[in-house]
Amino acid sequence: MTAPLDVEPSALSADPDAVTNAESSKAVEGRSLKQIAWMRLKRDKVALGGAVVIVLLILIAVFAPLIVKALGHPPNDFHEDLLDPTLLTPKHKYGGINGSYLLGVEPVNGRDIFSRIVYGARISLLTAFLATVLSVTIGTVLGITAGFFGGWVDGLISRTMDILLAFPLLVFAISIGTVIQTANGAVLGLSGTSLSVATLIFIIGFFNWPYIGRIVRGQTLSLREKEFVDAARSLGASNGHIIFKQLLPNLAAPVLVYSTLIIPSNILFEAALSFLGVGVRRPTPSWGSMLSDAVATYSIDPIFMIVPGVALLITVMAFNLLGDGLRDALDPRAGR
Amino acid sequence: MTATAPDAAAALAGGSQPLLQVEGLQKYFPVNRGIIFQKQVGAVKAVDGLSFNVNKGETLGVVGETGCGKSTMGRLLTRLLEPSGGSIRFDGRDITHLSRAGMRPLRKDIQIIFQDPYSSLNPRHTIGTIVGAPFRLQKVQTDSGVKKAVQDLLALVGLNPEHYNRYPHEFSGGQRQRIGIARALALRPKMIVCDEPVSALDVSIQAQVINLLDDLQDEFDLTYVFIAHDLSVVRHISDRVAVMYLGKIVEIGDRISLYEHPMHPYTHALLSAVPVPDPVKESKRERILLTGDVPSPLNPPPACRFHTRCWKAQAICKQVEPPLVQIQPGHEVACHFPEERVLV
Repeated sequence: MTAPLDVEPSALSADPDAVTNAESSKAVEGRSLKQIAWMRLKRDKVALGGAVVIVLLILIAVFAPLIVKALGHPPNDFHEDLLDPTLLTPKHKYGGINGSYLLGVEPVNGRDIFSRIVYGARISLLTAFLATVLSVTIGTVLGITAGFFGGWVDGLISRTMDILLAFPLLVFAISIGTVIQTANGAVLGLSGTSLSVATLIFIIGFFNWPYIGRIVRGQTLSLREKEFVDAARSLGASNGHIIFKQLLPNLAAPVLVYSTLIIPSNILFEAALSFLGVGVRRPTPSWGSMLSDAVATYSIDPIFMIVPGVALLITVMAFNLLGDGLRDALDPRAGR
Repeated sequence: MTATAPDAAAALAGGSQPLLQVEGLQKYFPVNRGIIFQKQVGAVKAVDGLSFNVNKGETLGVVGETGCGKSTMGRLLTRLLEPSGGSIRFDGRDITHLSRAGMRPLRKDIQIIFQDPYSSLNPRHTIGTIVGAPFRLQKVQTDSGVKKAVQDLLALVGLNPEHYNRYPHEFSGGQRQRIGIARALALRPKMIVCDEPVSALDVSIQAQVINLLDDLQDEFDLTYVFIAHDLSVVRHISDRVAVMYLGKIVEIGDRISLYEHPMHPYTHALLSAVPVPDPVKESKRERILLTGDVPSPLNPPPACRFHTRCWKAQAICKQVEPPLVQIQPGHEVACHFPEERVLV
């Protein structure tokens, strides 16, 4: 409740200063839509909170080895001495949480949950980001092509998108995943964990591009009828100029918003596949496979299920909140 | 009216040849049915046989109802659309079917000002980028850099040159239209097609923009094709006026002749709808109310296209298409029963 009260005075006091400064230093400096969006985003504390969490997660993923070295134990080391020899669950209360094992130990083999969560963030974010980059790239290129050129090009691309959207993705992913899990040796020079991660990225990224492709196609269809495109034509602009200089800057906002909103769904999809045992190859830690392991002992050792679940929840929520904030900030109709 | 050996004629006449010669210009938009095996089931005859000339330095006003093909004509003249038939000669050169590359150098000479000042400027570009685009796209070298040239243009159209770095959303409709004018003017064109340049603006702003266009015409010896549906605006700015109905010119003539002695029943109806700023005359003003809508250009009426709404229509109007004939010097009408009519 205090947030709006905090925001308003600072915004009010900051604005006149900014205006007078701008006027005194340089008579008129325009504010681009980007700057306006950034100003709006800065005022949206919830979205900003999401952004902070995301930055922290990225830092955790990048510096995972250092963090684990300082605060945990190697992620694949067994600590059976911490387990109850008959039940194979943590000896101590609360899943074995203590100063040395910050989030407790796994049942059965006693691996450090904290280290596995930290390393799991790497897999989650890496697959989600790269899959998003893949689908955004394919979707934007093909969406613009379809929308701008129309005719049979549009027909071909649109029908392809329809087919991909109707594709039984989960079944396909499970079967491909199973094949890859059991594959021995290298495929395309990749093997083991990197092969399974690459497969995940390809499956998630490739089958998601039609969603962004449709959005980009629709936006392109409406943008290419705008008079500024005709104006560029009447000056002798080439198709390349129109696509890259006139249309693409106007597509950046929806593409950015949509990207931040598909990252969390990609994180969840990776977790789901790992949960089903066709994601990242064990013993590489992944939040989804940890959840899957926890199912067997959840009634005795609920901490093991709660920890990766909460990690997923926080990550997905942070991306969703940032995505919502970005959408509001970039929406020209939101008159703030 | 006949176009003969253009270059020789131009040389002989020493510039008295019209800058723009349009002969039988047509634009049909095909209407297709079917998903995979498309077949053409008809055509929207947006522009169907226009012939007119525009002389250097003059303004041709084009008026008509919504959907009569005015804007299509403007886009054909600037070759944003490919004509289906007829010919366009600009400066003695046939530009009817020039390719995009062939058209590029001519873009310097033919420019267009758009109707909607909100969609004609890219919201992601600064004013400097927008007004500087003509120089970059045409690779024109300026004496002291693009920035200076843009600022001169902004000053010319009455904007603050310091606004160089601003974005379109920071300007009002009238200011945006001035930006559009500055862009059209950048390469010093010979002809500008103004496609309803003021119809999206407030009345007070309309006058400013019209006067600006007028001043610029004097200063740079511009030729305008001025498309509008506002008759008083056209009367103010035009030297000659063409009245369009369903893709055809029904009457074309000098401004005074056309406004004071209109001949075509459609022109009568249009002019009778203009309010007169004099209460006495206004109360006596006779209004001709046209019944019905404009027929669909998909299936226009045969012969005289106006006969479905014309109170003078006779059997011949439904059978024979009236040609555009000269009735007085510089005044042509396409009607079987032209009649001078005093409106006020």
